[in-house]
Amino acid sequence: MDAIILQILNGLDKGSAYALIALGLTLIFGTLGVVNFAHGALFMIGAFCAVTLNRILTLSYTIIDDTQKDFLGNPLKVDVPYVHGLFGQATGDAIIDWAVPLSLIFAIPVMILVGVVMERGLIKHFYKRPHADQILVTFGLAIVLQEVIKYFYGANPIPTPAPAAFKGSLDFGAMLGFDPNLIIYPYWRIIYFGFAAVIIGGVFAFLQFTTFGMVVRAGMADRETVGLLGINIDKRFTIMFGIAAAVAGLAGVMYTPINSPNYHMGMDFLVLSFVVVVVGGMGSLPGAVLAGFLLGVLESFASMREVIDIIPGINQIIIYLVAIIILLTRPRGLMGRKGVMED
Amino acid sequence: MPKLDVSRRGLLRTGAVAGAGLALPTIFTAQSAHAFTNEPTGGTVTLGFNVPQTGPYADEGADELRAYELAVEHLNGGGDAGMMNTFSSKALQGNGILGKKVEYVTGDTQTKSDAARASAKSMIEKDGAVMITGGSSSGVAVAVQALCQEAGVIFMAGLTHSNDTTGKDKRANGFRHFFNSYMSGAALAPVLAGAYGTDRKAYHLTADYNWGYTTEEAVKSSTEAMGWDTVAAVKTPLTQTDFSSYIAPVLQSGADTLVLNHYGGNMVNSLTNAVQFGLRDKQVNGKDFQIVVPLYSRLMAKGAGANVKGIFGSTNWHWTLQDEGSKAFVKSFGTKYGFPPSQAAHTTYVQTLLYADAVERAGSFAPCAVAEALEDYEFDGLGNGKTLYRGADHQCFKDVLVVKGKENPTSEFDLLEIVEVTPVDQVTYDPDHPQFSGGALGTCNNGA
Repeated sequence: MDAIILQILNGLDKGSAYALIALGLTLIFGTLGVVNFAHGALFMIGAFCAVTLNRILTLSYTIIDDTQKDFLGNPLKVDVPYVHGLFGQATGDAIIDWAVPLSLIFAIPVMILVGVVMERGLIKHFYKRPHADQILVTFGLAIVLQEVIKYFYGANPIPTPAPAAFKGSLDFGAMLGFDPNLIIYPYWRIIYFGFAAVIIGGVFAFLQFTTFGMVVRAGMADRETVGLLGINIDKRFTIMFGIAAAVAGLAGVMYTPINSPNYHMGMDFLVLSFVVVVVGGMGSLPGAVLAGFLLGVLESFASMREVIDIIPGINQIIIYLVAIIILLTRPRGLMGRKGVMED
Repeated sequence: MPKLDVSRRGLLRTGAVAGAGLALPTIFTAQSAHAFTNEPTGGTVTLGFNVPQTGPYADEGADELRAYELAVEHLNGGGDAGMMNTFSSKALQGNGILGKKVEYVTGDTQTKSDAARASAKSMIEKDGAVMITGGSSSGVAVAVQALCQEAGVIFMAGLTHSNDTTGKDKRANGFRHFFNSYMSGAALAPVLAGAYGTDRKAYHLTADYNWGYTTEEAVKSSTEAMGWDTVAAVKTPLTQTDFSSYIAPVLQSGADTLVLNHYGGNMVNSLTNAVQFGLRDKQVNGKDFQIVVPLYSRLMAKGAGANVKGIFGSTNWHWTLQDEGSKAFVKSFGTKYGFPPSQAAHTTYVQTLLYADAVERAGSFAPCAVAEALEDYEFDGLGNGKTLYRGADHQCFKDVLVVKGKENPTSEFDLLEIVEVTPVDQVTYDPDHPQFSGGALGTCNNGA
């Protein structure tokens, strides 16, 4: 029982990341009709917003410490962050420690700007082109973006830890009456799950309860009619692209303490997120979220030693296996709508 | 405009004669003038440096390339001569190799076997490289080594740790200076037993590819020989980025030690995840839970950040070693590039010097003569103490370092501290040891 609870927790946590990325993907597909293979790169750029802010906060001046030697035997050059001078050492260290949460504020305008530039500068030229063209150009864009990041930040992962207050793990099992240490879960992953729930809820509320959202939903259902009513739907769709980019970027920022960001992390998530979107149903927001969590939980169960012992290799194929089964039985995915991507 | 009156038959005849004429020099000289593949005939000799310049190990490849460039500079008489001053052999004079100025070409392995073979092939066939060296992965090393064997050039392996490189996949034209999985296990186990006791239950997470298997086998057999029990060994996909679902069940298994047979990004992520789960704060079986990383790399340790603190592992070489060779290399490299070299840089620099030295001693670039000069060659002064290039499998035997993540690093390079220099005798094995069985060196190939 404890193992099952643990893997459900794991699955919800994995599913959070899948759902957040897939949500943005399907939002773009639903509004603009674009299959955006550069969406994983937006997740990666978000993560590098956290790296960048961390570097800004740790910008330093160098002092020479004659009492210590460097590896060549010269007096040691010691870097002192400017924030120490501005706010004092204790406050400066606290600001650096909270770099990841602070990056959320930094990432929102950056990601909206990146999204809008991407949409206006490149993707809008491919609205009426076949999906194959869209996939090619966005995939190419993703590779360009990751190479740009690699050029500036290198190929190695860059540690970006969570604030010290969130280090360690919660003994969930002990709270439920199990033996200690049986079901433990890191605080930051619990926060990530809560954060994902808030973002997903926020996007749904925005689309459901605001006039802007209502127009966007109407545009998703029938773009031409909304245009005939004199509403500039293109402008709203551009804003939605920016919002989708921000969602992916924020997911990336919060993910950095879980795995040290590297230039390739967007690609690592991209394929899985596309499977999530297809399984959930192209263009369906609830479908993307449902499929994200479903596949996350299934992937976690398939990673259990007991399961691998029975079906070797199942951990590597489970997501694709489930995708095949769902698409065979429900060709439009779990919550797909008739007519979407069927022309 | 004059009209050309050319018949089809006439054109064919002329073409055939011209073709035969052009082919004549190659046909009659290919076998006779060159005794071996890419025999240098002018005043220069070309070496091929095949490293990952793109892909996940690009930073490691960049450090290898820096070391190669430094080695070429030293071989050609530039700089401060680095380890040539401390090398026990005095055959190298700083006038190139056999009086020929050393030039080099580079290839990008992308850490993919097919790309690595393609770039090595190109350097051999188009650029005339007489020796290929490099690599940051065992899969790449094994693939390129086999190619060099077929082509008739020497392969001086870079960073490759799998037993198979000098085990079942060894080749007569291939040589490895870097240590291997068996040596890591043999060096680590006694230190682990000393630090954590002989009554431990280990849980292995192993990258699902060749290097992972040989490392798991080596560490398992070494630690079990010390009295440890292996609770489980779980294979993890090479493409895995989030290891939470593999790490979460570790405590439930009753294990009190987690062995991460991961390298590169896998190691960074699995170690980060394990520390996040608070494994090291737990007590199991009345003992503090411990994590072990059999193969450390400073560049990877940097990616894992503070998570490496206090965690044991092994490494081929470390820049804080205080022997004269290491100090000379760190000084040369540090002065030129501004930071200390990695173990990947060290092994590639040393391999280049060893190749050049073997050519000088053999008096020839012919691969079989070079191989003979390297086989059972004993040397010193290159950073790992007295070393033997064993002829039976072309593996270097030298001291192995057991290291630990430093608690209070003073810089971004000061991440590991040397816990023990394991003497070579403790990591030496018979050529027919079961972990290395299944292959044969074969015979040396001069190509041409």
